[in-house]
This record gives sequence, C-alpha cells and structure tokens, in this order.
Amino acid sequence: MRIPCPLCGPRDRREFTYMGADDFLRRPAADAPAEAWDAYLHLRDNPAGATRDLWFHEAGCQAWIVVSRDTVTHEIAGAALAGEGRDAT
Amino acid sequence: MGRYSIFAVAAGALGGNRGWRPAWRKAVPKPSYEVVIVGGGGHGLATAHYLAREHGITDVAVVEKGWIGSGNVGRNTTIVRSNYMLDRTVPFYEASLKLWEGLSHDLNFNVMFSSRGVINLAHTPAQMDIFTRRANSMMLNGIAAEMLDVAGLRRRVPLLDVSPAARFPVVGAIHQARGGTARHDAVAWGYARAADSRGVDIIENCEVTGFLREGDRITGVRTTRGDIRARKTAVAVAGSTSQVMALAGIDDLPIESHVLQAFVSEGMKPALDVVVTFGAGHLYISQSDKGGLVFGGDIDGYNSYAQRGNLPIVEDVASAALAMFPAFSRVRLLRTWGGLMDMTMDGQPIITTGPLPGLYLNCGWCYEGFKATPASGFTFAWTIAKDEPHPLNAPFRLDRFRQGRVLDEKGRGPYPGHH
Repeated sequence: MRIPCPLCGPRDRREFTYMGADDFLRRPAADAPAEAWDAYLHLRDNPAGATRDLWFHEAGCQAWIVVSRDTVTHEIAGAALAGEGRDAT
Repeated sequence: MGRYSIFAVAAGALGGNRGWRPAWRKAVPKPSYEVVIVGGGGHGLATAHYLAREHGITDVAVVEKGWIGSGNVGRNTTIVRSNYMLDRTVPFYEASLKLWEGLSHDLNFNVMFSSRGVINLAHTPAQMDIFTRRANSMMLNGIAAEMLDVAGLRRRVPLLDVSPAARFPVVGAIHQARGGTARHDAVAWGYARAADSRGVDIIENCEVTGFLREGDRITGVRTTRGDIRARKTAVAVAGSTSQVMALAGIDDLPIESHVLQAFVSEGMKPALDVVVTFGAGHLYISQSDKGGLVFGGDIDGYNSYAQRGNLPIVEDVASAALAMFPAFSRVRLLRTWGGLMDMTMDGQPIITTGPLPGLYLNCGWCYEGFKATPASGFTFAWTIAKDEPHPLNAPFRLDRFRQGRVLDEKGRGPYPGHH
C-alpha cells in the first residue's frame, strides 16, 4: 500500500503511523457535555467502504495527513495535510 | 444422529464407511423461532449449544451469511489460555479454559484441545516484574502460573535462542501450563453438531439484510431467505458488527474493524511442543499436530474489511519468529489468511442485553475471540435466556466506556490498534 503524501509524494505504508478516523480533528470543547467526550473518545462509524483517517508520516516529513481510503478494497483516493482542512480528494 | 465412539468407528469401518451422515442438517428457515442468532461462527454456535443444553431453549435458529467455519473461527492461531490480570477479566477466561478442558466430551466431538502450555517471553527485568505481577494476580484468582528463568526455558524450549547474542536476549518468562491449542475447525463443527442434535436449526448461506421491528422492539430478521420472526434476536458477527447493527439503526459503537493475519508453514517433524510468545515485539507461535508452524502477530494497523493482509506484518512476524527460533529460517510459508477483528476501545469484548428491546449483542472480541468461544457462548446464552448478564460477563457492558469502567489490561487508552 502506498500513501500519497502531499509533501513527499507516494510513499510506502511502512513510513506512516495510523491514528484512526479523522473524527479526532473534531475535538469537543473542554466544557462540552460528557456525551460529546464519550462519542469523541469511544464511538466510531467504522464504515465498510469510503473512510477518511489520520496518518502520521513518521519516517518522512512528520506531517499529519488525512487520507481518503476504501476499507474494503484498500484503494486510496487522495490525501491532504490535516492542518489545511479535511477536503482530501 | 449417532454418537461418535470407538464402536461407531469400528462399525463404520466394517460397513465400508458408507454409513456416515452429515454432522448437522441443512435446515430450511421456519417463519418464527424463540431465539434467532445472527452469525454462525464459533460464538454463535456455542451460544446455540448452551441455550439448548443449559436452558432447554431448543427453538433456535443460527443464520450464517456464508458456510460454517468460513469466518474468524477458522482464521485464528488456535491458542487457548487464561493468563490475564484484571480481577474482572480473569474469571471469564478461566471459566472458558475450564470449559475447554471438558469440551470434547461435552460435544462428543474431538476438538483436539491440547494443554501443552503457553510461555510469554520477557526480554527486560522490567518485563519480568510485570509478568511476576500478572502471575501473582492469576494465583490470587486461583490459577496456576509459573515463572521460568533462562535455564528453565532452555530445558522447556530447546530450539529457542536464549543466548546473550540473541537480537533481544531473553531474561525469563511466565508459563501457564494449562494453556494450549485446539483445532479450530473442529470447534465450529463440534458446536454445530451438538446444537443441531438438540434441535437447533443451522441455516447457512442466509444473509441478514435488515431487522423486523415493532416500534423500538426488534422482532426478528429479514434475510436473503425470507423474514424470520423471533422473540429474541442475538447478534454475534465479530468484524461485521458495525454493519449489522447499522441495519438496526445503531450507527455508533465503540468498535473498529481491523484485519488480523495468521500464518502456517509447511509441515515438519515435531520441533515445538508449547506455545511461545515474543516479548520484544508481537508474535505467538506453536506447532500444529499436523506439523505446520502456526503463528501470528499484530493487527495490520488500520481499519479494514478486506479479510486479507498486507506485507509489512508478514515481514514483522517472520523477523520476530527468526529472532526467537533461528533454526526456522528455511521453513517455507504455506498459507496466510486474514480475519476481521472487531476491536474495542479497551481490548475486551461486549456481551450484553440490548441496546434495543428484543436484541442481544456479543461483539468486540479483539485478539480474544477463539479462546473465549466456550465462555462467550455460555454467558451469552445465559444473558439471552434470563435477560440479565451472568456474573462472568457482567463487566463486559456496552456502557462501560461512557462510565469510565474500562477493562484495559495494559493501560493503553482508547486506541484499538494498541491493544
């Protein structure tokens, strides 16, 4: 599996560390209700098909990127820097 | 259906072995049942068996999308153990191990359970301290555990590299002598046959496409072979849990689906008569009765429904295996397969009533599914029959995450990939 890093180009999956769904970018406010924190920490959509998740280019440019990916076929549709919004296409 | 025995084998042989019958009927779905179990894996079949045997509930259907034995029950490394640490998890896995010890007799089917021992290697003094703590916790729960030093390891596992020149020198190990392996296909077949003999309908090639409801209440399932009504509907579908539960309108569960690979080598003469796990990485290895080395390691590391693995894990487990057993360097890999793990946020399962009326949920098995098969079925059957959890599965609630009562054996936080 090769992941197209926006800074480095297509690189081997082994250079990256996986974090999970890009829900981690939607961190609740510190005073948000307990339900919001429960959902943020524990609950997942876990889709079979298109998903967007966070990868850390650990052995490369050290950037956090959002990867649009298919969980059934492992096909990768695109990637964008996590700091630049989530419009990975 | 006749009981299997040495006399049945002899009679079969004298009759030219033409009299053997299939181990379970090809059942056709009836319009309604007392209990419908979605998922004909090890846990679903075990649940049906214990519903019939323990609670006298035989009006049960097990509906399976594929064929019996096609899912995770046949996609694991067959290891059975109860060397856990937390007071709320140890009794469950120990109850499972006790059921394993009598399972072949209970099912009248040889599941080839072999208590050959499970050894977890430690590579640092700190790791020995952690294992000693775990051994103490086990003994406080009445489970025998033994610490091995290097000399003891050399005697018990002669092929293991215990020299100071090893890539990660071994300093000792924790040993559970009652742990071991079982033949995973036989577990599926044995439970299917035993449940079927008590009247349970096992319906293969029958995919659930939706749930029947009356208001909030679940009253059965829609399937590719028609609607089936049920007073109680139980879901035990492992890696497909999120997909099946979404059909009932439950969109968010504390679960991610990951691929876990397992590997088997070509067959060879007996070389390893115990299960050994690597402590400086993640690898568990044993030798099957047929002679192949059976081993596995980490999940692939990212959410997937592919049922096939990626190469980095192949390299990872192969290098870990050779760090432990240099003698295996020329053994060729025969097969690899991947199963869909329903990884929870604390690495422990969920066995519960609900989350809707008429519905019962058994999921989140992570790395623990195979060894837990008997206790999972036993406690899930109890939960379904009595509408309340058995004391053994009471900690495995769905709302434990929200309440902060997580069962995080290793204290690694809400990241499925870390458990």
